[in-house]
Amino acid sequence: MPDALSTKRTHRLRRDAALLLMMAPAVAYFAVFHYGALFGYAIAFQDYVPFLGVGGSTWVGFDNFAQLVEDPAVWSAVVNTLQISGLQLVFFFPAPIALAIFLHSLTYGTVRRFVQSVVYLPHFISWVIVVALFQQMLGGAGLLNTWLADNGWHAIDIIGNPSAFQPLMVVQIIWKDCGWGTIIFLAALYQVNEQLYEASAIDGAGYWRRLWHVTLPGLRPIILLLFILKLGDILSVGFEQMFLQRDAFGPEVAEVLDTFVYYTGVAGGDWGYATAVGLVKGVLGAVLVFAANKVAHRIGEEGIYR
Amino acid sequence: MSILSRTAQPAWLPKPSPLLVLAKAVALVIIVALVLFPFLVVVSTSLAPQDEVIDKGGWVIWPDRITVQAYQDILAGGIVTRATMVSAGVTIVGTALSLVCTTLLAYALARPGVFGGRPVLLMVLFTFLFTPGMIPTYLVVQAMGLLDSYSALIFPVLVNAFNLVVLRGFFQGIPTDLFEAARIDGAGELRVLRKIVMPLSKAAIAVIGLFYAVSYWNSFFTAVLYLNDSSKWPIQVVLRQYVIEGSPLAGSIETQEAQLSAVNSIQMAVVVLAMLPIVVIYPFIQRHFVRGVLTGAIKA
Repeated sequence: MPDALSTKRTHRLRRDAALLLMMAPAVAYFAVFHYGALFGYAIAFQDYVPFLGVGGSTWVGFDNFAQLVEDPAVWSAVVNTLQISGLQLVFFFPAPIALAIFLHSLTYGTVRRFVQSVVYLPHFISWVIVVALFQQMLGGAGLLNTWLADNGWHAIDIIGNPSAFQPLMVVQIIWKDCGWGTIIFLAALYQVNEQLYEASAIDGAGYWRRLWHVTLPGLRPIILLLFILKLGDILSVGFEQMFLQRDAFGPEVAEVLDTFVYYTGVAGGDWGYATAVGLVKGVLGAVLVFAANKVAHRIGEEGIYR
Repeated sequence: MSILSRTAQPAWLPKPSPLLVLAKAVALVIIVALVLFPFLVVVSTSLAPQDEVIDKGGWVIWPDRITVQAYQDILAGGIVTRATMVSAGVTIVGTALSLVCTTLLAYALARPGVFGGRPVLLMVLFTFLFTPGMIPTYLVVQAMGLLDSYSALIFPVLVNAFNLVVLRGFFQGIPTDLFEAARIDGAGELRVLRKIVMPLSKAAIAVIGLFYAVSYWNSFFTAVLYLNDSSKWPIQVVLRQYVIEGSPLAGSIETQEAQLSAVNSIQMAVVVLAMLPIVVIYPFIQRHFVRGVLTGAIKA
């Protein structure tokens, strides 16, 4: 009965007219800047010249993609990205879990809340300031080296030293976001049934056994969820952080995929090629989230969607 | 909520040893110091008089005397003053626009069975999986003629999908009876939103507002990407130019070796200025984080 269906539709449309109007601005935003922008990927198949526009530039098929597979600069950026992501997974990912468990164990609510307020703060400080702070603390004329020199010791070369780059990136992100990361784990910790702790303690389980058999299983779903999200994001390592420090440390260590796209495309003028690199990165990222979610389902967890 | 209440030592746990308590206290002091020490040095150096900064080798941990000379210098109408105004303007206008658009869509999507609700929600959720990269977005901004305009700092980031989903989750937690009663009384949607939903969601809206305000205030790369005209730069870009890259501020200060330490005070004053609004607003919003954000996020 298509007629009855369409009358029902019209009825719903009329009933929800006000709501649809309320949706309009945000929907227009997503339509233009997220979906309209997808058309911009057309230039990945072009030798794009800004002056000629998408209409006037030459179509080159998959040439840009063929080129990127053989470009050592792309591979170097991939390796740098994966190395930093790997270090983040090993050192930055578990840090908020550990800090949350520690904060959770504090008996005095006032002390805990004060520490929480303090450790959340750096999350809200811009990367420009964070990089400036680290430079002022650890740089050549910074506080640490000034202090070392005053005491007659040798200076430590950190800022600008390529071999210090990757560890420094991880230290910076731990400083900035470890505290903020505890919020979600703390919430999960408070949802663990108190009686489980009590029962296991009475059964003779010590602190570490309770941690292993009660606390960690309670955190498991949220840890897995965030791990999946992180895996999907493994090709992005904090664009602004890298961008701000690329020149000081040199592109050999500091060029990651996102900065490659900027310096090759926007700054270097090779627009079509850079867009192709960006497209491959975006598609791989989506595939990674899919795959990680599949694995989560396979091992019987919720994942991020069904 | 148990998370906000004071946790006491449970009765079944044996009293912790004094050694453990001491170790925990030391760990806490170290954590807090690691976070706060850089802030202390920056604020102290910015407030110290020039001769003291030179005496102490460029860095002051606790100033003997306090002067606001550095702040007077940067706020005297030069490029920093201008950039601060730009950032403040973009933050105020952007946060207002973002909050309005996000709240309206979140409210509509929180209503069960709304016309077009499902496709719109899917449209939002898909952006978590794939977001257009830098260059396609740049092309849209260019095509709309927004390059070199302040709008380019706002419109490309107008609605954040995460904030939207969180707020929708929060709205869904409001008992539907309240909506129905108001609607039976003949209240329109906008009225229900303003008179019933928003007063009940103050904490969530405040937190989402803070998130937007912080992202606009901290906005750095959008300005680098979309604004060529350096007179339009916001404070974060000027900060990068002046503190990280070490270029002199046009027309205001000369960076000579002898003046390096004085420059330190001024650089640090710029850093303080660039983080001041956040540090000032932060304590007022911070207590809402858990209640405002988590309840929404967990439901979503």
